[in-house]
Amino acid sequence: MLSIQDLHAGIEGKKILNGINLDIKPGEVHAIMGPNGSGKSTLANVLAGRTDYEVSRGTVEFLGKDLLDLAPEKRAGEGLFLAFQYPVEIPGLNTINFIKTAVNEVRKYRGLEPLDAVSFLKLMKEKMALMNIEQSLLSRSLNEGFSGGEKKRNEVFQMAMLEPKLAILDETDSGLDIDAIRIVSNGVNKLRNKDNAVLVVTHYQRLLDYIVPDFVHVLYNGRIVKSGTKELALELEERGYDFIKNETSAVEAV
Amino acid sequence: MKTELYPSKRNDAEDELRTIEETVFSDYKYGFVTDIEADEAPRGLNEEVIRFISAKKKEPEWMLEWRLKAYSYWLTMKEPGWANVKYPRIDYQDIIYYSAPKQKINPKNLDEIDPELRKTFEKLGISLDEQKRLSGVAVDAVIDSVSIGTSFKGQLAELGIIFCSMSEAIREHPDLVKEHLSSVVPITDNYFAALNAAVFSDGSFCYIPKGVRCPMELSTYFRINAENTGQFERTLIIAEAGSYVSYLEGCTAPMRDENQLHAAVVELIAMENAEIKYSTVQNWYPGDKKGVGGVYNFVTKRGICKGDHAKISWTQVETGSAITWKYPSVILKGDYSTGEFYSVAVTNNYQQADTGTKMMHLGKNTKSRIVSKGISAGFSNNSYRGLVHVGKNARNARNFSQCDSLLLGDKCGAHTFPYIEVRNNSAVVEHEATTSKIGEDQIFYCNQRGIPTETAVALIINGFAKEVMNHLPMEFAIEAQKLLAISLEGSVG
Repeated sequence: MLSIQDLHAGIEGKKILNGINLDIKPGEVHAIMGPNGSGKSTLANVLAGRTDYEVSRGTVEFLGKDLLDLAPEKRAGEGLFLAFQYPVEIPGLNTINFIKTAVNEVRKYRGLEPLDAVSFLKLMKEKMALMNIEQSLLSRSLNEGFSGGEKKRNEVFQMAMLEPKLAILDETDSGLDIDAIRIVSNGVNKLRNKDNAVLVVTHYQRLLDYIVPDFVHVLYNGRIVKSGTKELALELEERGYDFIKNETSAVEAV
Repeated sequence: MKTELYPSKRNDAEDELRTIEETVFSDYKYGFVTDIEADEAPRGLNEEVIRFISAKKKEPEWMLEWRLKAYSYWLTMKEPGWANVKYPRIDYQDIIYYSAPKQKINPKNLDEIDPELRKTFEKLGISLDEQKRLSGVAVDAVIDSVSIGTSFKGQLAELGIIFCSMSEAIREHPDLVKEHLSSVVPITDNYFAALNAAVFSDGSFCYIPKGVRCPMELSTYFRINAENTGQFERTLIIAEAGSYVSYLEGCTAPMRDENQLHAAVVELIAMENAEIKYSTVQNWYPGDKKGVGGVYNFVTKRGICKGDHAKISWTQVETGSAITWKYPSVILKGDYSTGEFYSVAVTNNYQQADTGTKMMHLGKNTKSRIVSKGISAGFSNNSYRGLVHVGKNARNARNFSQCDSLLLGDKCGAHTFPYIEVRNNSAVVEHEATTSKIGEDQIFYCNQRGIPTETAVALIINGFAKEVMNHLPMEFAIEAQKLLAISLEGSVG
């Protein structure tokens, strides 16, 4: 589904990613972990197409298309979704209207007719029940005055509405208490199926107790330095990132 | 359910987003010129020209005297320079002060209107055919200097409502006109108001009798067509005790390289328990992308709540004009009277707007509310200028003002000049102001959800302006949303 090869990228002349290689297949959950400043969020943003970042080398193929060649809204149309670490507020813009516009733009990209009000409402009710989200939240201006937990739940609700092929969760657990993490993770798990994939970007292992990964990758200095199964996450939790740093510098010394 | 999932009233407006997207790429689409023979006054301004206009309009002697008085006063005045706008000196002798399409004036019925003119209004999306009209909107159309025709006249007359051109009102209802004309905006009020009094050629007149609730929106459509022509219209609305009227004006002009002057005066009079709601969608030609041409929109609008519990509400969406200089105001004379001002002003390219309101609290327990939303893009400058005055007898006056500015890009400016004068210590006056930028973050967030940038900008600005848009009559809210998107075309990304 997603194939990243030798990806180099940076921002304002500063190199952050130094050759990322990663393959994700349908039905898989991958976790990217790493210390602060290792390039986790950069990777998420580059995949979503944020223009501040420059890609200097490498390729990214998504469902057979050159992802880096597509504008951000086209990547969304192709089925890529990013749950933001810091969802933005848009005052005065009703959340439901925003989601309706998004759903219909994505449908338009895929050559489908826009949903009429009745079908949209039906879809929304269905996903609201699934995600356990209340309508009062969605009737407010987009993210305006939302608590941290409400913002993240809104992200996952949008994910449910847009039914992406690949969902990237960028530090979705940051700023959430354990109850909120559980709610958000349950939402994500309900959306998992054999045809879609999830890339979880996180600093802490605790999110992975709820969204259990098939693969864990450790990002350090803009490179994946270690990959493994979910046990690797537990090992990191126990030993901290220092052991990775030490291992890496030992390898580089050789 | 309490919270409306589908605010049905707004729903159509949202479906219009697609249309917005389509129109976003269009340029000023009202910039055509209609080839109509015109009957014009000689260029320039002097007593002869004023006599010419008055004679053309077959005005009574008192009207001519009133004009000449205004003219002689105007000669002693200086053009105001305090507004935050810059423009070259206007040569008042280089303007044609009267231009009328050559056609039978005062058509007996709307079928007599020149087909060319009719086409002009059809291009603008305004049909004068009564049966085809948007249900519930009566229209008076003013092109260059004269009123072309008013629809739904008969139906309104049954209720005693007078809705006609100003010229007709002067002839047919002289007592009403004499009593109220310049009672709110005196001919000496300001430079442009005095000029307007001297040379105004037409406009709309509206009278709602006691206790009558006007069953439809009344609307005037203004259009400048002829070259080198100024448009000076004058509107007078009188709402007798316990009556209600909602009135809307719209304006467009052809694209021309030279600047055209538009100096209008609007006076509103609301008696006891009466309510006047006045909405404007102003889309005069703003000039091109380099700032060449466009309309100078120097307008004086003022209403008076004469009786107790009267209410006047101004709503304006200002997207056009090279320069806008306009402060729709309310004199709150009656006790418990209410004044409201809701404004969205958009400036792009080299447009300049200095707009706001004056709320004059004179009566007891008077209330006013000001919501101003300025959107600046390109190299434009957008200023809010407002005065809240609480007189010494205005016990328990209350005002709330909110001025928000939204910037697109980093070459434009937003300014706020709030003036507060309080002479009674029981007053409560609140002022809130914010300035924000459409962030890359907001646009990227929308993009990531599949929404293209132009649509994202339309969503963001309509969200920003929503509080004001909600006060527009439904038919015009959609038009206004489209206008916002069109005016900001190409300003982001």
